[in-house]
Amino acid sequence: MNEQAITPEIVKSHGLTPEEYQTVIEIMGREPNLTELGIFSVMWSEHCSYKSSKKWLRRLPTTGPRVIHGPGENAGAVDIGDGQAAIFKMESHNHPSFIEPYQGAATGVGGILRDVFTMGARPIANMNALRFGAPEDAKTRHLVSGVVAGIGGYGNCVGVPTVGGECTFHASYNGNNLVNAMTVGLVETNKIFLSSASGIGNLVVYVGSKTGRDGIHGATMASAEFDEDSEAKRPTVQVGDPFTEKLLIEACLKLMETDVIIAIQDMGAAGLTSSSFEMASKGGTGIEMDLSAVPVRETGMTPYEIMLSESQERMLMVIAPEREAEARAVFEKWELDFSVVGTVTDTGRMRLVMNGETAADLPIAPLVAAAPELDRPHEPPPPPAAFDEATLNAPDSVMAALTTLMASPDLCSKRWIWEQYDHMVMADTVQRPGGDAAVVRIHGTNKGLAITTDCTPRYCTADPETGGAQAVAETWRNLTATGAAPLAITDCLNFGNPERAEVMGQFVGCIEGIRKACEALDYPVVSGNVSFYNETNGRAVQPTPGIGGIGLIDDIAGMASPAFKRAGEALLLIGESAGHLGASLYLREIEGREAGAPPPVDLAMERRNGDFVRTLIADARVTACHDVSDGGLLVAVAEMALATLNGDEPIGAEVSLPENGLAPHCWLFGEDQGRYLVTARMDDVEAILADAEAAGVAALRIGTTGDASLTLTGADTISLAELGAAHDGWLSSYMAGA
Amino acid sequence: MKAGVIVFPGSNCDRDVQVALARSLGREPEMIWHREAELPKLDLIVVPGGFSYGDYLRCGAMAAHSPVMREVVARARAGTRVLAICNGFQVVTEAGLLPGVLMTNASLSFICRDVDLRVENAGSAFTSRYATGQVVRMPIAHHGGNYFTDDDTLARIEGGGQVAFRYCAPDGTLREDANPNGSCNAIAGIFNEARTVLGMMPHPERLADPALGGTDGRAMFDGLVEALS
Repeated sequence: MNEQAITPEIVKSHGLTPEEYQTVIEIMGREPNLTELGIFSVMWSEHCSYKSSKKWLRRLPTTGPRVIHGPGENAGAVDIGDGQAAIFKMESHNHPSFIEPYQGAATGVGGILRDVFTMGARPIANMNALRFGAPEDAKTRHLVSGVVAGIGGYGNCVGVPTVGGECTFHASYNGNNLVNAMTVGLVETNKIFLSSASGIGNLVVYVGSKTGRDGIHGATMASAEFDEDSEAKRPTVQVGDPFTEKLLIEACLKLMETDVIIAIQDMGAAGLTSSSFEMASKGGTGIEMDLSAVPVRETGMTPYEIMLSESQERMLMVIAPEREAEARAVFEKWELDFSVVGTVTDTGRMRLVMNGETAADLPIAPLVAAAPELDRPHEPPPPPAAFDEATLNAPDSVMAALTTLMASPDLCSKRWIWEQYDHMVMADTVQRPGGDAAVVRIHGTNKGLAITTDCTPRYCTADPETGGAQAVAETWRNLTATGAAPLAITDCLNFGNPERAEVMGQFVGCIEGIRKACEALDYPVVSGNVSFYNETNGRAVQPTPGIGGIGLIDDIAGMASPAFKRAGEALLLIGESAGHLGASLYLREIEGREAGAPPPVDLAMERRNGDFVRTLIADARVTACHDVSDGGLLVAVAEMALATLNGDEPIGAEVSLPENGLAPHCWLFGEDQGRYLVTARMDDVEAILADAEAAGVAALRIGTTGDASLTLTGADTISLAELGAAHDGWLSSYMAGA
Repeated sequence: MKAGVIVFPGSNCDRDVQVALARSLGREPEMIWHREAELPKLDLIVVPGGFSYGDYLRCGAMAAHSPVMREVVARARAGTRVLAICNGFQVVTEAGLLPGVLMTNASLSFICRDVDLRVENAGSAFTSRYATGQVVRMPIAHHGGNYFTDDDTLARIEGGGQVAFRYCAPDGTLREDANPNGSCNAIAGIFNEARTVLGMMPHPERLADPALGGTDGRAMFDGLVEALS
């Protein structure tokens, strides 16, 4: 196969431009053979090289007092005290999940788990952020069903709880759903493993599953947009085996208790190619590998196929020769393949041998250094016209509008999804899915990690910079609402075709918003992933910079949750209301319009309000807390009330309109940022309001908790049972085909 | 009391039950790898939840033939208490320690949520801290928990007081919508005839700690420690 002449067609089919191919020839000093060309192709693909995004990603703040490892490692690492670190990252698996939803989503979970345990961390929680096409689109139901089953099928089997996430629908995702998976792991800070191959003569060892012909060119697939023929790309989707992943987790973590492993890297996108190049490149070394020693699933595999396969559940490690027996024993106990496939050399070259013959011989540093970095043209979208709230009529019934919103695809209960995920295994899930952030206890302690993922794509569409900032601020707010101190974020940036200036403009704008928010909130980016080409026949998805945030709770006994706790408590709104309905769910779901600018994000106020709320929680002065986001104030009140339906006694509330000059529907459904709802004992209200004023934080008593209904004083009322049925029913009846 | 937890490749609730047992027992149970053909002296053997051997052939089918299960079956026949939870329940039915099979849930989906259970027989080492008829809350998390057996066997286990738990409404009544997986007679857990082996789909170890939202599961471990110490 290596004898094949490299024609311009072959170069093109590998996604390389003629100019890039010229660089290949210069680096090689000769024409590459097919295996070598394949290696250049994946190493320089958008997916692996970040060629369109690198320039902009550099702008993000990535350091902070708690950051141990920022972007550039398999996942980010932040110090959580007591000698421990949280390792986390979010990653996309969009293209495969559209073509083959079950396996695409399952292997997305598998891949992100490996990124985390590669660093020595035991995975303790999974999250996922899902974006699907319009519910009425013919493919949507099939995709939801397959993706959810795939995530559950993988996560449930490996025994890591899937504790939450988001799921929304919009027609822009009809041709490209988004599946973003996040894993959080826990490690001792002095036991973090990295991927730099060092020690000339050390062994390069392959462990895990055998290599098959699946997933060849998966990274290249994810670096081009879809068209009518995308179905034909099904063979590029990998097949997952969560059982083997579970064994691999246990075997790796067991061996990591010793000092045997010098470097370790999972084989993700571009498989053996990217893992071996990454390790040698970081170590400034070379690697010589005998591909005949790679465990294979089928006979007759060529060097090209072995190097480009994306078979799952595989790792590459570097160990000292004298520790081989010790390492082998661990993997044999777990019945996993263990094969010495090469050695670390001082040549700076990747030399691949198969059956005694050289299959490829490439210089590592020049190949990595010459990976293209592009400054693609970018054009900011025109600023959206502000939406004039005065043009809207009041709804006939506030509670009818609320019911419509609560039963809308984006706001309805996602119970149908998370009940298919084992969210309790490991017995440390102290806040289950459905709240602001999930909280998992740090095993064996009273500390907790709050975890959330957020993004509001309709804001990013209308105004990328505000949308990017808002996504970061919303995660910060969700963490704060549990009482957690936000630590850091991972970003999973999903966009259309970067070759279009309009898409790059969205990307650049969102990055700028993320940067500003991270800086203002001292909330660095420690890991991330970029997924471009989420586009079909020129129609791109809404810009979707998904943000995964984690926060630390010192004592879970003092954390807050959204559910009302007692009737007869005061309901307080923290933060300012301007009745902003531009780009809101109310406008979209009730008026059928997607228009206007998103609500402004005032980061200084965001921080002030959040810090105030966190102090209230720490001082046990509030009994429940919830952030106000999609759908606005009344939706947030309803969510706090409906959360009591799982408990012993349903608790509702009565809300009174303030005299603030805003139209009732603007105040009740506006999506102004930086706001929280809290409940407090009556006796504490006056002092809380006084403290808020002293802190420069707007706070207003808006109502009282009460019986099992929601009431707007002097207007409507609705029972929690009726509202709950509407909220809970939409997704399950939709999925049942009703 | 000496307790041991069997660990198969693919077990994933082994640590959870280890923690729950240690909480009631005051010391760690022994963790026993599936290749062990000989067991230490034990008063209680726990077969935990998870996906033993990936559950690839049929849930629990391969684990039932592992070296350690031959020994577990022999011990169980000699009267050692065996608590088999979730995948463990599937394993012990496959191994012939308990009658019936666990089929795929009627919904065809994995289900993870708290359920209400009615204690049907408090006369065992496992259930002594509960009262017959009491309603307790525990989580389920399974894809194949739909208990089925033939009519004669069903009549026999019902008549012999072998039903340990049934899925029920919060007030203890049996309702179709309170049966999460389609199990025969809403059966959530059964004993062997001697009530020395309990197989159950719900996870008592997951609600044995107030921080997790409930402690109804703890009574099972406390009761076992009391009965077997």
